[in-house]
Amino acid sequence: MGAPALLVLFVFHYLPLAGLAIAFEDFRPSTGIFGSHWVGLANFRYLLAGGDAWRITRNTVGMNGLFIAANLVVSLGLAVLLNELRDRSRWLSRVYQSTMFLPYVLSYVVLTNFVLTFLESNTGIVNHLLRAFGGNGVDFYNSPGWWPLILTVVEVWKGAGFWVVVYLAGIMAMNPQLFEAAALDGAGRWAQIRRITLPLLTPLIIMNVLLSVSHIFNADFGLFFQVTLNSPTLYPTTDVIDTYVYRSLTSTGDIGMAAAAGFYQAVVGFLLVVGANWWVRRRSGENALF
Amino acid sequence: MAQQASTLDRPRPAVRSRPRVDVPRIVMHGILTLVSLAFVMPLLIIVSASFSSESAISANGYSVLPRQFSTFAYRYVLDDPSAILRAYGVSILVTTVGTVASLAVMSMLAFSLAQRSYRLRRPLSFYVLFTMIFSGGLVPGYILITQYLHLQNTLLVLILPYLVSPWFVLLLRTFFSQLPDEILDAARVDGAGDWRLFTRIVLPLSKPALATVGLFVALVYWNDWWLGLLYITNDKLIPVQLFLYRILTNIDFVTSQSQFAGQSLDVPIQTLRAAIAVLAIGPIVVAFFFVQRFLIRGITVGGVKD
Repeated sequence: MGAPALLVLFVFHYLPLAGLAIAFEDFRPSTGIFGSHWVGLANFRYLLAGGDAWRITRNTVGMNGLFIAANLVVSLGLAVLLNELRDRSRWLSRVYQSTMFLPYVLSYVVLTNFVLTFLESNTGIVNHLLRAFGGNGVDFYNSPGWWPLILTVVEVWKGAGFWVVVYLAGIMAMNPQLFEAAALDGAGRWAQIRRITLPLLTPLIIMNVLLSVSHIFNADFGLFFQVTLNSPTLYPTTDVIDTYVYRSLTSTGDIGMAAAAGFYQAVVGFLLVVGANWWVRRRSGENALF
Repeated sequence: MAQQASTLDRPRPAVRSRPRVDVPRIVMHGILTLVSLAFVMPLLIIVSASFSSESAISANGYSVLPRQFSTFAYRYVLDDPSAILRAYGVSILVTTVGTVASLAVMSMLAFSLAQRSYRLRRPLSFYVLFTMIFSGGLVPGYILITQYLHLQNTLLVLILPYLVSPWFVLLLRTFFSQLPDEILDAARVDGAGDWRLFTRIVLPLSKPALATVGLFVALVYWNDWWLGLLYITNDKLIPVQLFLYRILTNIDFVTSQSQFAGQSLDVPIQTLRAAIAVLAIGPIVVAFFFVQRFLIRGITVGGVKD
């Protein structure tokens, strides 16, 4: 019964693995993967020599690190808050939960529109407010320094609702008797959260962070390409491996270097997730992913 | 702040003697109300902008309620509706076919992986999991699809790459494996084969999971512009999101040109962009409101482990 799905995975996930060889070739579409000239590490040397490798690695890992931390704090905090209100304000807490989830269903193209509405230099809401309070407008789309903050806010705004639902589901699965017993022993709200809710959520938190770490080398293309309007002046802070590979493939047409960057991304990302998993397994075996 | 912390620390009173005014609760409601507003406000602003007049926005900026109610932007878009209707058609077709097919093949795989007696359970689970942690990346996939499979400029290229998502397969597997064994065993004793068991018992019992995963898959298809950007050059096959993307980039182009020439345009730029965004959001938000009551029951994430 699993055959159709296994076949799709094979074609779209396993077959491309053979294409990893392109990173070591002077690839020509006319000769294909198996007929192109083998050049060893030349593509990688070219990538490193350009100085781009460090910048895109730093941006990818740095921004993803920011996202993971911000998302964890915000979604965990909101889930705990929602849980405290859940039993006595069912209706309201459902409304909160739904509104938080809402941005998750929007596409990055739509999000780009929202961000423009806020940050555009003339009519944008933020500049409107800045000027209303006597300040000067900021030309956000030409100021790379602002974008780590902007993209983190956008990412948390879009994604937090999903993780709130996940954590809330985790909290709801906990045995209520634990909380009743703790309350009898005189544990207040805060003590219950700290001593019961958070420790019991730890496996879920570890899994979330492990999954995020496994993607720390894969930036969200939509976020970095669309939301920044692919503005070259922002590249110092917003150019990540994914946007770099896309550009090398489509505009500069350097397939070999794009493949080399992609290969680097795949291998280091894989080592990171295996390493993180190994580390978690050593500390608390049952929390490891595999 | 210190005062709030100390009230939070107070032991929770027994149900009957609960005080009328519960300060921490009010504070928490306050925080959550503000947060919720922050989450919906941009949406309200866009909807309101799409119903405002362009001049009002240029003069006074955006607002939560429309300034000078106007449907001009929508009339402007729908003046020549053929392009956007076709984009809608492509997105609706891809989303429906993709979601149904994806749910079908993923739940079939998840069902076999949920069978404890299945001999290949562990290796196949690894086969699925491995695709989550190692991939060939953009270039090999792109070359496979364009040079070897020749799928560019077909509707299939908008459907097939997203058909099986390992994460959802594992989610469904967990849900299936938590169904009570007694029911499945009883059906087996009554002579039901795997296929009958799957379609008559497992699927009907799994509506929350199927609805949730279905919503997520539909989201992926409806919101996709990436596959279109890579593989579609034929104007007749572009989906809604790519249509919006093109309008965005074209407006950018148009405004930069007009600023250069020092003249204003009669294209309602701000409101037009808002109107297209609202049209691109529409169906998926409606779907979200139908499915959201299943969300908590549907997302059982404990399930990545074997």
